[in-house]
Amino acid sequence: MTNAIRIGSGLGFYGDNWEPVVASIERGQVQFIASDHLAELTLAILQKDRQRDPALGYARDVLPMLLRLWPLMQPRGVRFICNAGGLNPMGAAQAVQKALAAAGWHPRIAVVSGDDVLAQLQAPDKRFDHMMNGADLTSVSERLVFGNAYLGAQPIVEALDLGAEIVITGRVADAALFLGPLVHALGWKLADAATPEDFYRLAQGLTVGHLLECSGQGSGGNFGSQGSWQNIPDLAHIGYPIAEVWPDGTAFITKAPGTGGLVNFDTVRQQLLYEVHNPHAYFSPDVVLDMGQIELHDEGQHRVRLTGAQGSAPTDQLKVVAGFEDGFKADITWGFSWPDAWDKVQAAEAMVRSQLKERQMPFDELFVEYPGLNSAHGPLAPLPPASELNERAEIWVRMVLRTRSKAVADGFGRLFPWMALSGPAYTCGFQGLNSSSALLGIWPTLIPRDRVQARVDILEPGA
Amino acid sequence: MTTTLLKIPLAQIAHARSGDKADWVDFGLFAWNEAGYGLIEREVTATKVQAHFAQWLPGQVDAWPLPNILAMKFVLHGALQGGGARNLRLDNLGKAMGAALLRLEIEVTAEELEQAQKSPRRGWWPEVSPGN
Repeated sequence: MTNAIRIGSGLGFYGDNWEPVVASIERGQVQFIASDHLAELTLAILQKDRQRDPALGYARDVLPMLLRLWPLMQPRGVRFICNAGGLNPMGAAQAVQKALAAAGWHPRIAVVSGDDVLAQLQAPDKRFDHMMNGADLTSVSERLVFGNAYLGAQPIVEALDLGAEIVITGRVADAALFLGPLVHALGWKLADAATPEDFYRLAQGLTVGHLLECSGQGSGGNFGSQGSWQNIPDLAHIGYPIAEVWPDGTAFITKAPGTGGLVNFDTVRQQLLYEVHNPHAYFSPDVVLDMGQIELHDEGQHRVRLTGAQGSAPTDQLKVVAGFEDGFKADITWGFSWPDAWDKVQAAEAMVRSQLKERQMPFDELFVEYPGLNSAHGPLAPLPPASELNERAEIWVRMVLRTRSKAVADGFGRLFPWMALSGPAYTCGFQGLNSSSALLGIWPTLIPRDRVQARVDILEPGA
Repeated sequence: MTTTLLKIPLAQIAHARSGDKADWVDFGLFAWNEAGYGLIEREVTATKVQAHFAQWLPGQVDAWPLPNILAMKFVLHGALQGGGARNLRLDNLGKAMGAALLRLEIEVTAEELEQAQKSPRRGWWPEVSPGN
C-alpha cells in the first residue's frame, strides 16, 4: 500500500522568498516542492522582457532559487515542479539546465508547453467573449500582447511519469502544479476519472493545491484581522505550508518543525476562500470543486485535517487570460508640510489641472488620492474637515494621469518641478519625474479544450 | 421592554481576506466561532455589502454562506477599474479591501456580542509568550 505523499509550497509569486523552502526540504519530509511564479498578470511583465530579448520571457528568479535549493533537494530525492517558464518554458528550462550544470548538477528536466493561444485570439474564427462582462474580443484583438490557456495537471503527470526531476511549465492552473505530483505519486485516475471516488480524490488534491499555491498565505501570512495577527509567531521565519496527502484523498496541512507562522483552522480557511468566486463551482481543467461540504478539523500544533471536498467532471473548455495594451499612466507623489498643508495640496492639484488644459495635454482621467488618509479605503475612511487637515504635520498627495498618449504620460512629471521654487511653500519628497508606464487590460475568456494541445518535452542532457 | 442594539464593526467578531481576479474583488469573511457565524449570516447580506461599498465601488455583490467553515464568501464586481494592471489606485489589487469589509457595521445585542467574543474559537491558537 502506498504511504502518504508530502508536498511543500514553493514561491507564491514572481519575487517571493525561497528561503522558507529550505526548512520544508530539510525538516519537512517532502517528496515534492511545487512553486507558483505566475500571478494573473505576471505574463505581462514577462512579455516586456521577451520583447527586449527573445531568450527571456520566463520568471528569472527560478535560477537563483534552484541554485540554492537543488543541492538540498537532489540528495533527498525531492522533485520540483514550477510554472516559471512563463511565456518561454523551453528557454527557462535551458537556462536552468545550464546554471545547474555549471554548478555540477545534471537533473532530468521536463518542459510543459502548449498554453500559448495568442495566435488564435489575434485572428479569431469564433467568439472569445470576456468572461465577466460579455464584451466582444474584436474590440481589443489588435492590441493583445499575450494570451494563454490554463493547462491542467495531465502534462505534469506525464512529465513525472517520464522520470523528470524538475518540471518547468508555462501557464497551468496554479493548483495543477500540486495536483500533478499527487496524481503521479498516488496513482489517482485523472483523464480516465469516472467514479465519485475518483473525483473526490481530485477535488481533495485540487484543494490542497489551492491551499499551498500562495506560499506563506497558507500558514499565517497576510492574516487579515484586528488584534489577532499579532499572535502568529515569528513571521520573519515563516514556514511555508506542507500537505500530507493519503491515497484515499484525506489530507493534512502542516509546516516544517521549528518554523514561524501558524497553520490552524483560521489561517487555512482564509486561504481556502482566497480568490474563489462561487465556492460551489470552483472550476479547474481537471475537476470542478464544491467547497460546501469541506471539513477542516484543527488537530492543534500546526496540523489541520482536510476532508469533504466534492468533485465533478470538468467542462470541455479551458480558461484563458489575455492581456491587451490599454493606454498609459504616469504617477507622482508629493508632500506638503504644516501650516495649511491641505490647502497647499489642493492648490498644487488645481495648478496641475490648469497646466494640462493650457498645454492641451489630452487625458482620460486624473486620479487623486491621499496616501496616509484614503488610499487604502477610499470614502470608507472619510476625510476629516479641511480645518483639521490644515493642522496636520503633513499631507501627501498622489496624482495619476491616465492617457492614450505616451508623449503626454512622459510629460506629466515635468508639470511639477517648477512648483518647488514657484509654488506653495514647504514641499517634501517629490517622486515621479519619469514615471510613465504602459497599462494593460485583462481579458479572461474560454477556449474549447480540443483547440489547446499540451506538449511535454524532456530536455536532452547537456542540450 | 426594548432591547438596546449595539452597532459594531465586523472586525470585532470576524476576520477577512480579499483577493482579485480581473476586475472583481472577492472576500472571505470568517467568524471565530458558531455564535459569531450566526450573526454574520443574519446581518451581512449581499445587499448590505453592496450598500457598504456603494459610494465608492457601486458594483453587484454575490454572497454565499459556508456554515461548514463558519464563513461567508462575497464577490464585488467592477471593483478594480477594469483590472489590476490598469487600476490607478495604490492598492491596485484590492489587498486592503478585506479590511474595508471589516469596517462594515452590524447591529447586535450586548448578549450576542458577548457570546461571539467570549465563546471559544474553533481554531487552535498557541499561547503567546511574553515579549513575543
